[in-house]
Amino acid sequence: MDERNKLKTEVTIAGITFKNPVTTASGTFGSGMEYCEYVNLSRLGAVTTKGVSLTPWEGNPTPRVAETYGGMLNAIGLQNPGIDVFIKRDLPFLRSFDTRIIVNVIGKTAEEYCEVAERLSECDVDMLEINISCPNVKEGGIAFGQDPARVEAITSQVKKHSKKPIIIKLSPNVTDISETARAAEAGGADAVSLINTITGMKIDIERMTFLLANKTGGLSGPAIKPIAVRMVYQAANAVKIPVIGMGGIMDGDDALEFIMAGATMVAVGTANFLNPKATEEVIEGIEAYMARKNIRDINELIGCVR
Amino acid sequence: MSAAVKKSVRILANIRLEEGIYDMLLEAGKMAEAAKPGQFISLYCKREGRLLPRPISICETDKEKGRIRLVYRVAGKGTKEFSELRAGDEIECIGPLGNGFALEGARALIIGGGIGIPPLLELAKQLKCDKKIILGYRDVTFLDKDFEGFGEVYIAAEDGSAGIKGNVMDVVKAYDFPADIIYACGPAPMLKAVKEYAESRNIKAQLSLEERMACGIGACLACVCRSVETDHHLNVRSKRVCKEGPVFYADEIIL
Repeated sequence: MDERNKLKTEVTIAGITFKNPVTTASGTFGSGMEYCEYVNLSRLGAVTTKGVSLTPWEGNPTPRVAETYGGMLNAIGLQNPGIDVFIKRDLPFLRSFDTRIIVNVIGKTAEEYCEVAERLSECDVDMLEINISCPNVKEGGIAFGQDPARVEAITSQVKKHSKKPIIIKLSPNVTDISETARAAEAGGADAVSLINTITGMKIDIERMTFLLANKTGGLSGPAIKPIAVRMVYQAANAVKIPVIGMGGIMDGDDALEFIMAGATMVAVGTANFLNPKATEEVIEGIEAYMARKNIRDINELIGCVR
Repeated sequence: MSAAVKKSVRILANIRLEEGIYDMLLEAGKMAEAAKPGQFISLYCKREGRLLPRPISICETDKEKGRIRLVYRVAGKGTKEFSELRAGDEIECIGPLGNGFALEGARALIIGGGIGIPPLLELAKQLKCDKKIILGYRDVTFLDKDFEGFGEVYIAAEDGSAGIKGNVMDVVKAYDFPADIIYACGPAPMLKAVKEYAESRNIKAQLSLEERMACGIGACLACVCRSVETDHHLNVRSKRVCKEGPVFYADEIIL
């Protein structure tokens, strides 16, 4: 352990230092309450919360999830208790741990995103992640995330209303990820995160209908990792702002791929569903690699593959 | 704080009961001590491509020996994989999860349909009151002998091969049993019929629900059901089957 204590795992985004580069992918970790009996939340670089909207959202009809080979489809539909409950209950809970808090922001309209961002700016949170890439809602979400002009417009609008640094969460459901990444940067984003889920579909051949009530869902898990690594690499080479990488990270080795491709931080998502301790194990995996390779500072690895 | 743990346990037995129905006995240790009737455990597949744990209700527990019995149906590739495991094999699991049944009442109806029957066995064992147990099957029966001694057992089979020809509600309505509590687990149409019956007779009912899950611990919000009141945690009119459930009072939920 003495050796590992000398390892420098801190990373910095928009002037904010994280003790290590590992956070949670929005929507897979709630606000941490369900996981705190399995994971020491203070061990994490940050907790990224489930999407928070102005009013409570009920989400989509069930079935909302389906397993696919090496992955899963979800169409939860951004169900959440709304910002009032989040501020009153979830935030104090998260603040009782020694970790950074990134709040994922959702809305049906640009105004709603701005209002949520404004209210969270008055709270003790570290950063906001603006979710313009959820494929499972009719209004908001991906509607803002596929056209570079709209990405830039919503970014600059939210940026004006936010006193906290903002991360724009990008969709992989685009022809050229560099374009949307550059649009977010041009709009004033402090960082970009990617990838959100890839739109998919599963048919129940017994019932002869769609497996998900929403027909389509977002594909996540190790099945999408190579796509995510490629997109993180492209985005990191397209912009100067930091990139937060995610998509199928199951262990430290997976996380390191993203970091070497150019991610300053990484997020663990679907892995939490099959292993509640996944986040801590990813951190341990990164540290073990650094010790084995005699790498003193994680920053040496960020984007080391060119 | 739940008492759930994730660990690898040894399979003591895994036998076929009937076509597509299997009976697995696990050396579960403290997991068995903590388990309540109506709770479930989630089992992990060995094939890495099958990521999500499969929630399976607890059929019986032996707290002294630290054993958990699961009776499950082969519903897809994951449960098919479980059915091929042998005594001596290890399996990764997490649990016990969910809330379980609340033991109450003086005269109980225990109503199970198909693969909804197994979680009622431990309930029938632990519930100390007058019990009528109504078990419904499509055709072949299973576990019905295990319930003997824990109450009066009535069988309904849709094909008429055993007991009364018809479904559990045909039995319930034919006998019109007096009761102050109903416990039920089974397919959605059955639960709906039980809920309507309980409401019409003004009998309290606890229903155990099933829904597709991802995490099983309340984080992903995949397995919600509709609720009458705004849920305390979710702040909308839905409840998590894995966390607030799988057992709900009939008047709490909308089916």
